[in-house]
Amino acid sequence: MTELRYMAPATLDEAIGAFAAAGSAARILAGGTDLLVQMRAGMVKPGLIVDIKKIPDLTSIEQTKDGGFRVGAAVSGMALAEHNSFGKVWPGVLEAVNLIGSKQVQGRASAGGNLCNGSPAGDSVPAMVAAGAIVTVQGPNGRRDIKVEDVPAGPGRTNLKPGEILVSFTLPPRAPGSSDAYLRMIPRTEMDIAVVGLGVSLTMKDGVCTAARVGLGAVAPTVLLVEDAAKALIGSRLDDAALAKAANACSAACRPIDDKRGTIAYRTKVAGVLLKRTTLIAAKRAQTN
Amino acid sequence: MAKVHVTTSINGEPMEYLCEPSDTMLDALRGPLGLTGSKEGCASGDCGACSITLDDRLVCSCLMLAVEAEGHEIRTIEGMAHGDKLHPLQQKFLESAALQCGICTSGMLIASDALLRKNPNPSEEQVRFWLAGNLCRCTGYDKIVRAVMETAADMRETAQ
Repeated sequence: MTELRYMAPATLDEAIGAFAAAGSAARILAGGTDLLVQMRAGMVKPGLIVDIKKIPDLTSIEQTKDGGFRVGAAVSGMALAEHNSFGKVWPGVLEAVNLIGSKQVQGRASAGGNLCNGSPAGDSVPAMVAAGAIVTVQGPNGRRDIKVEDVPAGPGRTNLKPGEILVSFTLPPRAPGSSDAYLRMIPRTEMDIAVVGLGVSLTMKDGVCTAARVGLGAVAPTVLLVEDAAKALIGSRLDDAALAKAANACSAACRPIDDKRGTIAYRTKVAGVLLKRTTLIAAKRAQTN
Repeated sequence: MAKVHVTTSINGEPMEYLCEPSDTMLDALRGPLGLTGSKEGCASGDCGACSITLDDRLVCSCLMLAVEAEGHEIRTIEGMAHGDKLHPLQQKFLESAALQCGICTSGMLIASDALLRKNPNPSEEQVRFWLAGNLCRCTGYDKIVRAVMETAADMRETAQ
């Protein structure tokens, strides 16, 4: 039996050195809400667990000088909710993060873990895609930035290279009249996995949508950035015709599985419905910004 | 396998224990620490029966490694009463029979306490959402929700 070792390094360099040296036998521990379940189920048998929560960069939230945010990859949903301004600037991202599991799970689960777990149905991912978040990763060959939508490679897989650790999310500054929202469809009201999840971030000026991004989850092997939906919204007053066009673009982007939680036809239709609802929530919020 | 030495604080008392690196906090609580108030239900973070607080944040002790407690503050159901005096939530749960089989009760109490510390005046909807991570398979939610609402009201009155 392989012996499990645990370490909680104080610096990123130390974490990367140990993580890379241990190769595929190593696992990163952020919130642990996926890792511990996978270990118990026998799906993974790590030889080394690298707990990254003692590294300040990975557990801090900072508002940058330009008004954007840098959120450490291991920041829990509860810590994000307790921040005094994050939820005012990015309410959609916050509501997505705080739909992950229960309050107990939110006390630990992080957006970084949600992304690295590689589930197409991860709630925070479509909202982060809509937000235009950039992910900073660091590995044995240095640091690099990736668009959040380029991180997932398929169910349970990411495009991170061996030995790379997700360090933080950078969310851009917001123009006046901007806001965001996230909605998901689940069969019950709480504690469930998204059948469809959809995030919209947009900017309104004099009643016209001047910028938009749409992230769509649980309807393809990875979370999608739906550029055609954004194009349909930009330049419009979010009238019925524009919303219908954007909804169709979301439905057209779907390549879902057929399972007990939702059929292909159902998920495809719901993607369009959620686009309309989420856009209107984001637009309403944008009025006050 | 080499055991790890952990120094932590549990229910306000300094505490040390030895654990395997793969042990969960729940394993340590119920094993070497002898604190069996936290129950193991699902062991996958779905039922909330093992709820504790870690630095005042509600977490499932089954989803946390025992070694992670190093340098942090843990609170469990054993620390809820002050000596023989029950916490108002415990007293109200008793009086209102806000339980059926009782396996979920310690987790319900810890979660309710964490809610009332954050929000002394929750709506019924907020209570229900907050307790959604605590499964009661005896379908006893109504009495539990009422007990939390009534305790919150009593505690607000006492605080005035």
